[in-house]
Amino acid sequence: MDFGFTINAPRAIYLDKIDPTLRDRIIARERTTLLCIGCGSCTATCTAGQFTPFSLRKVQHLIRRGEYAAAKEAVQNCMMCGKCRMTCPRGVNTRAVVHTLLQEL
Amino acid sequence: MKYRYANWQEYSKEIADDHYYYARSCIRQNFFPGSEKAFLDILRNDLGMDIVEDPRHTTCTGIGYHSDVVPLDTTMAIVARQFSLMTECGYENYVASCITSFGIYSEVLDMWHHFPELEEKARENLFKATGREFRKPKILVHTSDLMFHVRNKIAEKSVRRLVNVTTGEPLKVVDHIGCHYAKVFPKKGIGGAEFPYVLAGMVEAWGGQSVDYPERRHCCGFGFRNYLVQANRGYSVANSQKKLESMAPYNPDFIVANCPGCAMFLDRWQFTLNAMTGSHYAIPVLTYEEMAGLVLGIDPWDLGLQMHQVPVEPLLDKLGVEYDPSAKYLGKNGKFIGRPLTPADYTSARL
Amino acid sequence: MTQEKILVIGGGIAGLQAAAALRDEGFEPLIIEKESSTGGHVSRWDRLFPTQKQAREVIEELTAATAGIESVTDREIVSLTPEADRVTATTTTGERFTGRAAVVATGFDLFDARLKEEYGYGLYENVITSAELEAMFRAGRVTMKNGDTPKRVAILHCVGSRDEKVGQNHCSKVCCITGIKQAIELTEAIPGVQVMNFYMDLRAFGNGYEELYRRSQIENGVTYIRGRISEAGETHEKRIQLKVEDTLVGRPLRLTVDLLVLLVGMRAPQCCGSFGLPTQANGFFAPRDPYTGNVQSTVPGIYLAGTATGPKTIGETVNEAVAVARRIRMDLGK
Repeated sequence: MDFGFTINAPRAIYLDKIDPTLRDRIIARERTTLLCIGCGSCTATCTAGQFTPFSLRKVQHLIRRGEYAAAKEAVQNCMMCGKCRMTCPRGVNTRAVVHTLLQEL
Repeated sequence: MKYRYANWQEYSKEIADDHYYYARSCIRQNFFPGSEKAFLDILRNDLGMDIVEDPRHTTCTGIGYHSDVVPLDTTMAIVARQFSLMTECGYENYVASCITSFGIYSEVLDMWHHFPELEEKARENLFKATGREFRKPKILVHTSDLMFHVRNKIAEKSVRRLVNVTTGEPLKVVDHIGCHYAKVFPKKGIGGAEFPYVLAGMVEAWGGQSVDYPERRHCCGFGFRNYLVQANRGYSVANSQKKLESMAPYNPDFIVANCPGCAMFLDRWQFTLNAMTGSHYAIPVLTYEEMAGLVLGIDPWDLGLQMHQVPVEPLLDKLGVEYDPSAKYLGKNGKFIGRPLTPADYTSARL
Repeated sequence: MTQEKILVIGGGIAGLQAAAALRDEGFEPLIIEKESSTGGHVSRWDRLFPTQKQAREVIEELTAATAGIESVTDREIVSLTPEADRVTATTTTGERFTGRAAVVATGFDLFDARLKEEYGYGLYENVITSAELEAMFRAGRVTMKNGDTPKRVAILHCVGSRDEKVGQNHCSKVCCITGIKQAIELTEAIPGVQVMNFYMDLRAFGNGYEELYRRSQIENGVTYIRGRISEAGETHEKRIQLKVEDTLVGRPLRLTVDLLVLLVGMRAPQCCGSFGLPTQANGFFAPRDPYTGNVQSTVPGIYLAGTATGPKTIGETVNEAVAVARRIRMDLGK
């Protein structure tokens, strides 16, 4: 029945309903992703991030919340220069994270 | 500084025992007028209380105010006029039938308290326009506060309890409190904003079981701007859906609300959701006066229960209420007043 | 050396250490404890950050150091009366104790989590405080109210800290690292449990704290989500439904957990208002100055030690307790 409006989908990520399989596989392959504290160093220094909405910080968080589709689209922007790995204060192996994402997603 | 209480039971308010000036609700008197009539009948006739109303009173401007078409100065002048009617009637306790109005009055009184120059301006505007003067109410309550206050007296006069007559089990009641009742000023709501007790107290006093479901505090989805504009209604209905999903696991026997908009939208949107998604929500929605009326043995059609879209008959059967099915859609004059369609019958052509 | 009596008000770790140090300085300390035994909050804790040492060991060490020192229990001091060369402390029942000086080591109260109504503490059976989780660790079994083992636990930081809505603008300092410690211990106690810490800022400031934070992520797989839980509701199964924004993703989250642990902060106890001493904005006693007068009050003869002046770790508390004895010796002369 069309009343001239639709039911707005909730913006909230419902963690009870996400499929953790992919997340867990990515973590198992590159566990240093867990060390991210969201400082944003990677994004600030990222060449791709200067011209596209790509943020490795955000991608890593999206994966943790089961938002794979958004992460998959974003990670295509990475140019693999490796600058992020040099700046990360937590020792996240960012290149390995990106490689894993490209293969798994 | 004490911001909050450690216990919801510490949230209470001063409610005068008697002598009230009564202000009606725009929505209630149009969509379910039986509730306002029941309120006056129960308090005046059953409990012998002195409640006066003045036909000259108007809207509080709530709907216009919250949809940005009435400026604050106008709202204050109209609130001042309502108070002047109360003053003229010789009363100092004000009971508002609408949650939005209760919020508007509370807000205006609070603004006048903190910014006395606004009160002066409102007095001046009112006097210039109407020659009227006013005193501020000593006690301001919502009708549900007053009903809560007399809940034990109602229980004493009740002819039935909120109990399933077949199983002997108390009925499971989910309540919904209007946002502008306690979220604007938590200390002005019985039980505060997080564990409101104003309706639960009535449910318990009349033998029912109050259920605290996870989305109990969530907005019903009303929100003036969200339904006035058709394109925004998806937002409104989504909020109602969230609430209905949250209460469904408890298999509630009915919903009771103390806000005119909530009682209407939790009822009407069930139909809408069923029509849009194929769901089968059918949880009767009552006002607290209707709940009191059933407990006191008032005829369900005199209470106006036919004005709700979700059929109330299953609830009446559980309560053991006798009713005449053929009289449901007959007005006081015996004429057919029309009946709501079921979602299955509802087509675009009939919109 | 003179044998002058010094009142030590409070028998927690600050009071115990202060008494031991005062004896070493040649004084005759008297410990006045409001509860039926000494040890305070630490005696109710299981293991301690950052090394997971047993709290019991700290209490045992300090108890041994105070062996032979006079102490009275079940005496709650409500007022202090300083005079030229002595201080008199009066209990709730009117009993008086007089000494040459007094050390106020009255500590803190745990924040009453019921004040954060939106979390339903006291009403929802699976919402507990960090202190209650410690009690479960001590008992050797972490369970939901019905005895089931939780599969998903949320730990909420800053309950009663950095929150003007409950009159607690200050940071309670030890909760972040306690939350990290408890998250690790949960994963150790319950194999496979998923632990999520919800924080506003993670303040892992002390020696070994950041290292523990790191370890909890990489070794224990603890999830940290930046965002303050705004509402908890009980589900039909008595689990706890949470609403929070993941502020790093910029989206609201909705989730259900089996257990919600509230990291309750430190609140100034009632005596901070009744001793007639100046207090700070956070409600705790004000030291004479926060640089070189940390263990002195503004009143001659009355000294301060430990969390009486605000949230502190055990190490800081014990250091102050040693310092206060030395300070008194310096002030009163040899």
